Amino acid sequence: MDVWSSLMDGFATALTPMNLLFAVIGVLLGTAVGVLPGLGPAMTVALLLPVTAALEPTSAFIMFAGIYYGGMFGGSTTSILLNTPGESSSVVTAIEGNKMAKAGRAAQALATAAIGSFIAGTIGTALLAVFAPIVVQFAVSLGAPSYFAIMVLALLAVTAVLGSSRLRGFASLALGLAIGLVGIDSVTGQRRLTFGQPLLVDGLDIVVVAVAIFAVGEALWVAAHLRRTPLHVIPVGRPWMGKKDWQRSWKPWLRGTAFGFPFGALPAGGAEIPTFLSYVTEKRLSKHPEEFGKGAIEGVAGPEAANNAAAAGTLTPMLALGLPTNATAAVMLAAFTSYGIQPGPQLFSSQGPLVWALIASLFIGNFLLLLINLPLAPVWAKLLQLPRPYLYAGILFFATLGAYSVNLQAFDLVILLVLGALGFMMRRFGLPVLPLILGVILGPRIEGQLRKTLQLSAGDPAGLFSEPIAIVVYIIVAIILAWPFIFKLIRRNGPAKKPLLPANSGAADYSD
Amino acid sequence: MSSIATGLKGRAELGVALLLGAVGVLVFLDANGLVTPYSQSDPVGPKTVPFIVSGLLIICAILLAINVLRGGKGEAEGGEDVDLAHPADWKTVLPLAGAFILNILLIDWAGWVISGTLLFWGSVLALGSRRYIRDGLISVALALLTFYGFYLGLGIALPAGLLEGIL
Repeated sequence: MDVWSSLMDGFATALTPMNLLFAVIGVLLGTAVGVLPGLGPAMTVALLLPVTAALEPTSAFIMFAGIYYGGMFGGSTTSILLNTPGESSSVVTAIEGNKMAKAGRAAQALATAAIGSFIAGTIGTALLAVFAPIVVQFAVSLGAPSYFAIMVLALLAVTAVLGSSRLRGFASLALGLAIGLVGIDSVTGQRRLTFGQPLLVDGLDIVVVAVAIFAVGEALWVAAHLRRTPLHVIPVGRPWMGKKDWQRSWKPWLRGTAFGFPFGALPAGGAEIPTFLSYVTEKRLSKHPEEFGKGAIEGVAGPEAANNAAAAGTLTPMLALGLPTNATAAVMLAAFTSYGIQPGPQLFSSQGPLVWALIASLFIGNFLLLLINLPLAPVWAKLLQLPRPYLYAGILFFATLGAYSVNLQAFDLVILLVLGALGFMMRRFGLPVLPLILGVILGPRIEGQLRKTLQLSAGDPAGLFSEPIAIVVYIIVAIILAWPFIFKLIRRNGPAKKPLLPANSGAADYSD
Repeated sequence: MSSIATGLKGRAELGVALLLGAVGVLVFLDANGLVTPYSQSDPVGPKTVPFIVSGLLIICAILLAINVLRGGKGEAEGGEDVDLAHPADWKTVLPLAGAFILNILLIDWAGWVISGTLLFWGSVLALGSRRYIRDGLISVALALLTFYGFYLGLGIALPAGLLEGIL
């Protein structure tokens, strides 16, 4: 089989000692930053972009793969041991996970999270290897009108579906699109939004934008609200599970995977919805419903598996279509472009070996995570006690270094500070960060497809609807945009349904 | 006058609407100033997308202003180390920004080792650490390590500045 032999070639590349070393570094680094508060996988990849510029692209992506899964795993460790989830995707894990830890079952909670992540990640990566080439086959037949429509869908879906306020999501998206406009227009050579400043002509470096919004914005925001009383970290030994825990965990792992992958693969995917669905399902199916809310192991196993499967799913549109749907994928996409690699369906044919090495290293990274993290869990827990002044000063230090080393211009640091202040403001007033980043990355590409479309149709707007896929996508877009109004109508006409979400779940209100 | 003042109190979010509107107007004016002859090969031209973006910004600005005046509020972001119970602590943020700006001013002249040391040291102090000597030593070590790490490991020569010839 073609997929199989390509994948084997990928393993051959990824298993060379040097690349294996990068995978180990990636996994360790990813877990460390996932555990550390204030740092996420997206920020880590952004900070490492300039450093990896000296590496071969394959090695860099193998490391990113490790960081990607490691970051997911680290996030769950924090939410179990601290009860203050750093990412929205681990909110659900914290509900039961922290209760288990408080009841002295931290070792079992971490074990079910680690093993569940491994199983879900492996199945998810296998699905990615099978589905991505199929999506590519379908995607190469698409023209500019369909691409334009699909990118519009991705932007709108991420903006309108995730987060608690659509309006603030759109405000963030618009700011991102505006940032993406800065620089020379690629078709006509006109300077846009450069204000006569020659340093702006090449546009804002995506590395600088990502580091500013994720790292500097976050550090400033945390500094303004730094918790003065240190959080209580629950001490933990080596994770292990008894026979009964295994029996109660394996079905939730598989069900969580089934929820996670499809949601991750959708343009508006994200891990929030599937982790939540998994939690609700496990609660309903459990033989021990009375334990839920007091530390039920199913409530950790299912959502953690869903979280990791969604992470694998997200890579499907990223690799097959060049469409990122979460922050880490967006930054990885920026990394592709900085290596001069054009993301999209051509990726598999033009950069086949790189892509398959990346997929192979996802399998390897997953396995390494299990191998490394079970014995190292107590070390990770210690990391949580790093003095906060060092942590946040370190983030600022490395953010500055990373942004400066791209072009060795002090001017980039001015932009870093200005956009960092923007990131601060967005966190203060509840503007989600993801739409902005996607706007910066996808904005110029959307504009390119729009202009190509109308060029083909000689300026006739009907050209936008010249492909059937485009029309289908626009119908979906219309439904997403009209959804709140339809929802209101249904509510007014029919008897109010009971809310599906338990009141104490802490999950975001998606209906807005 | 006083009623307006009380009406505006706690509505700092209107500033966000103002910013969105200002950026929207800026994008519009900038695009409007572009001179392009109509071209058969590029019917959309460089102006269309900026006009759409500017429209989106201005609509968001207006809707956000209405939303805030009606009592809507953006939800401040939480996190592991974030305690939203106390108000923004400007005594930490401003010195932190100061250390950052100092680095921008010094980096090309004094070099990364000096400016980076000051950046880390200043940030740690701003964030509340009081072990001056230990912090200072860590700062110098970090700056030196990154300088040589980037030079030897990655082939990126960070500016040596005043210490040119010594490093």
